[in-house]
Amino acid sequence: MKLRELQRTMARAVMQPLTASERMQVKAPDGRAMRSYAARFIKPNDRLTSFERLEIYNRQYWFRLLSSMTEDFPGVRSVLGEKRFDAMCKAYLMDCPSRSFTLRNLGSKLESWLRAHAKWAGAKQQLVLDIARLEWADIEAFDAAALPALRTEDIAGAAGGGLRLQLQPYVQLLSFHYPVDDLLLAMRKEDEDKDFASNAFEERRKRKRVQAVAKLKPEAIFLVVHRIDNSVYFRRIEAEEFAVLTVLRQGKTLEKAINAAFRKSSIPLGERAASVQQWFQNWATLGWFCRPQKAQSPS
Amino acid sequence: MPANEFNGFTDYGIGIGLRATHYDHILTRKPVVDWFEIISENFMVDGGRPLHILDQILEQYKVVQHGVSMYFGSAEKPNREHLRRLKELVKRTKTPWVSDHLCWGSVDGRYTHDLLPMPYTFEAAKITAQKVREVRDFLEVPVAVENVSSYAEFHVSEMSEWEFLNEVVERADCGILLDVNNIYVSSQNHNFDPMTYVNSVPAERVAQIHIAGHSKYRKYILDTHDHPVIDPVWKLYERAIHRAGHTATLLEWDDSIPSFKEVHDEALKANKFLASSVLATAV
Repeated sequence: MKLRELQRTMARAVMQPLTASERMQVKAPDGRAMRSYAARFIKPNDRLTSFERLEIYNRQYWFRLLSSMTEDFPGVRSVLGEKRFDAMCKAYLMDCPSRSFTLRNLGSKLESWLRAHAKWAGAKQQLVLDIARLEWADIEAFDAAALPALRTEDIAGAAGGGLRLQLQPYVQLLSFHYPVDDLLLAMRKEDEDKDFASNAFEERRKRKRVQAVAKLKPEAIFLVVHRIDNSVYFRRIEAEEFAVLTVLRQGKTLEKAINAAFRKSSIPLGERAASVQQWFQNWATLGWFCRPQKAQSPS
Repeated sequence: MPANEFNGFTDYGIGIGLRATHYDHILTRKPVVDWFEIISENFMVDGGRPLHILDQILEQYKVVQHGVSMYFGSAEKPNREHLRRLKELVKRTKTPWVSDHLCWGSVDGRYTHDLLPMPYTFEAAKITAQKVREVRDFLEVPVAVENVSSYAEFHVSEMSEWEFLNEVVERADCGILLDVNNIYVSSQNHNFDPMTYVNSVPAERVAQIHIAGHSKYRKYILDTHDHPVIDPVWKLYERAIHRAGHTATLLEWDDSIPSFKEVHDEALKANKFLASSVLATAV
């Protein structure tokens, strides 16, 4: 057996889902008995059969990947419940196996996959989609680039309305159907306290969480996931702010961004200039703008 | 023989793996440590806390990069994005050498994120050595390959594991990161004498040595890096040091990680053997 063929043969078995009792399946990917599939390329020894030796790798693969998904999507896990979450992850990883050298990117397609496979998101599909998107944005914001911050002199002399501003790569702009920021922060707070909790407290915590999720009412929110001193924060913004920032990120002019913001706005005309001034002041203070890095695309 | 072309002619002492649970201790207490080994992939990002921490570490400590996903033994070409990011990190850390495992883990662009064992064939040795050369030429730093722990052997193998290691490093003209714990684990899983392995490695190519603990199960041993180093592994280490000389040594502790002091104290036990190797050289 040549190297590539052997690697394909072994990878197919290693990446095949485990049984409910977390053992290797008795049937191989090609439909044959796994015992003969394994024996074809793996030697037995005096303690383990070929099947058992292959099973070590099969189990490690799934334990490692499920552990990574659990670490990255604790909110999705809380809403779905542990069993449903594990089953969902197995289905996701079968459809979207890792194509990156780093486990960091393992969940990059989770939200889009859940959108296309609604049954795995359960009864509260939109809520699960929202949380999956927020948790992925959290990962992106954590280690995305921070470019040199914009200085006054970088925009000195630029035409007012024709000005184009660039957002820091780590700034993530998101709109949600549910107030998932509050939910996720509450879950994280509870998890921080978990280490000191008794079993009875842990049971109460789980029940409380299920109730909190069940009670959660839809509410459109606009959120920026960003960083301050290398820690990730969630900041709610108004719909108009979201519109300005979204248009700026598209590389369009300040004038177009502001026009887009107030197209359907309920902010009184007389208050708009002050609002815009305040927003930009806040964003600049938070360091969301960076120096121009390359030629801007035309609007 | 401490400094050689495979570790950038450095003479590093005893290091430990840089782990997140110890960041606060290291950055606030600034303990004296010869060097830290980082998992390259944890820092191959564009920004944020990982690089901020790394830069602070680099201000005070020597750092060597150790990778877990280059997969020298995979039958496919190296991933260009992986190489590009790795080279960026090499420039940042100024690591004197880069290490990764003598294993495979990806096929047809799909990653298992595991260190899967090689079939010990001449074809695999040739492919692996070619890839090691490509990576070294791209990174422009010496490369050392690490022997892995394994739980399976293949019918197609044409040689022993140590013969395969020798075949690869000679063809690639690269260094060895000799993991004596991995040798022990594999020797128990595959019924060979670990000392034969240590005695068969070309000592002049050993750039670095890994020591670690493991977990023993009823029918096999798993390389878990969650325990102190056991005596039989120290014996292999002693022999390796006797053959290779005073070599950069690194303790791996990746799970159930105890306090910084406990990890460092465990690593410093290697001093006993390193000191005797210096004496042996002197007389």
